[in-house]
Amino acid sequence: MVIRLANVSHDYGAKGLLSGIDLHIAPGAFHFLTGPSGAGKSTLLKLCYGELRPRSGQIELFGQPLGGLSRDGLADTRRRIGVIHQDCQFLDHLTLAENVALPFVATGRPVPTRDLIELLGWVGLGQHADALPPTLSGGERQRAALARAVILSPEVVLADEPTGNVDPEMSQRLLSLLVELNRMGTAVMIATHDMALIRNAKAQVSARVLRIVDGTLQQAGADL
Amino acid sequence: MSRRLSLILRGGDSDRVVPSAGLSALLSGISAAMVAFLAVFALALSVSAGQLALRWSDTLSQSATLRLSATPSEIGAQTEAVLEILRATPGVISTRVLEIDEQRALLEPWFGPDLPVESLALPRLIEIIESPQGFDPVGLRLRLATEAPGAVLDDHTRWRRPLVKAASSLRLLAWSAVVLIGGVMAATITLAAGFSLAANAPVIRVLRLVGARDAFIAHAFTRRFTLTTLLGSTVGTLLGMLAFAVLPVAGDAGFLTGLGFSGLGWAMPLAIPPVAAVIAWIATRAAALRALRRES
Repeated sequence: MVIRLANVSHDYGAKGLLSGIDLHIAPGAFHFLTGPSGAGKSTLLKLCYGELRPRSGQIELFGQPLGGLSRDGLADTRRRIGVIHQDCQFLDHLTLAENVALPFVATGRPVPTRDLIELLGWVGLGQHADALPPTLSGGERQRAALARAVILSPEVVLADEPTGNVDPEMSQRLLSLLVELNRMGTAVMIATHDMALIRNAKAQVSARVLRIVDGTLQQAGADL
Repeated sequence: MSRRLSLILRGGDSDRVVPSAGLSALLSGISAAMVAFLAVFALALSVSAGQLALRWSDTLSQSATLRLSATPSEIGAQTEAVLEILRATPGVISTRVLEIDEQRALLEPWFGPDLPVESLALPRLIEIIESPQGFDPVGLRLRLATEAPGAVLDDHTRWRRPLVKAASSLRLLAWSAVVLIGGVMAATITLAAGFSLAANAPVIRVLRLVGARDAFIAHAFTRRFTLTTLLGSTVGTLLGMLAFAVLPVAGDAGFLTGLGFSGLGWAMPLAIPPVAAVIAWIATRAAALRALRRES
């Protein structure tokens, strides 16, 4: 199991957000996580990569209990999880290629330049390697975020509203990249409220759709 | 891809993950320069005070004065007796009876040049030069008390001791200033590093997101602040040394005579920048690791 949540609850102060969450992400699985704004999709993703610790319940990342991981152990575990945020979270003073290569730099490993160039080509940004992030369009930034998320060949990619700031055409292109990644064996979980994206994905890949309703996680109906 | 990219890709420029242009980095550099400038002065004061203590300690350390009071009819015989005792005293190298002109010169500052010294019943002064091991003043005083009751031995201790003590206190004060300046530097850099860490919270978040360990993040900030401090303190030190180089020499104007560096002493302030860099490294690393643990 890549990620396992068992009876996990979380809240921000007095406001209860998530309760009794059970979630299993198997290797190579494709999940959508949906629900209205503020339902707790981003919070659930943060719990999945250890940015947040649950108030109660158990989280296991690659078979290791999250609570038992040391600080360095958690950092090492995060290298096996690719994360894409809606706002991309780039270092604006570094070029696009440097941002994409950041996981290698941050883990003290030499960057395989050839692989980097190939990766930038895969997401269609080969010509923008030296550009600074603020000069890129929303779609280009999202594709760069995807490239950064997968550069260490993670076992799972968690994407938080990856198509939130892009047009439908770019949204489809990003989805195609994620589907292609999944076909290569990477588990994918996308948090989104874009129903069209989910329908398009289900036409291409066997995806499980989960919905957060009143703080609990439910399997979405066949209408999706 | 550009040369800049290839630098970071080789991992040789990992501190570039922290934005270089920052108010905290600028402030820490300027602070380091100012503190280093002050440290040069404190160091100079310390060195000069040390030299002063040594000079005051040495000047009167190997000599003593014997004052002999007696009636005019006895003064000659008593002088001879005292000189005989001194010649027989181990540790006394030579003795010399001060001439009447020398005594006049000694009194001149108080009584003027026209004092009729010959008509006054002045005590006879005998200068004693000691060997480096010195003589036994207690034993000498005992012998003088029996054979020349009017003789008073002054081994200069009571003059020398407070001067040496004052100079030593001054030196201690100056070294305390050096240590305090180091503390101020550490505190300033810790504050600047804390400010920088807070200002760069989004950078830290991204680094954590991509799997950076605390040691890597702390290293990026530590290296940046260490280099900034090294640069700032080098500038401050050089300016401080330049100030001493152009400082007018005061001649015999008093205590401040000799404040500064001479000869190999000029190398001493050059230790300030590396010491400042070490302080910065320790302070920033501690601040960074503390902040990173607190934020998680």
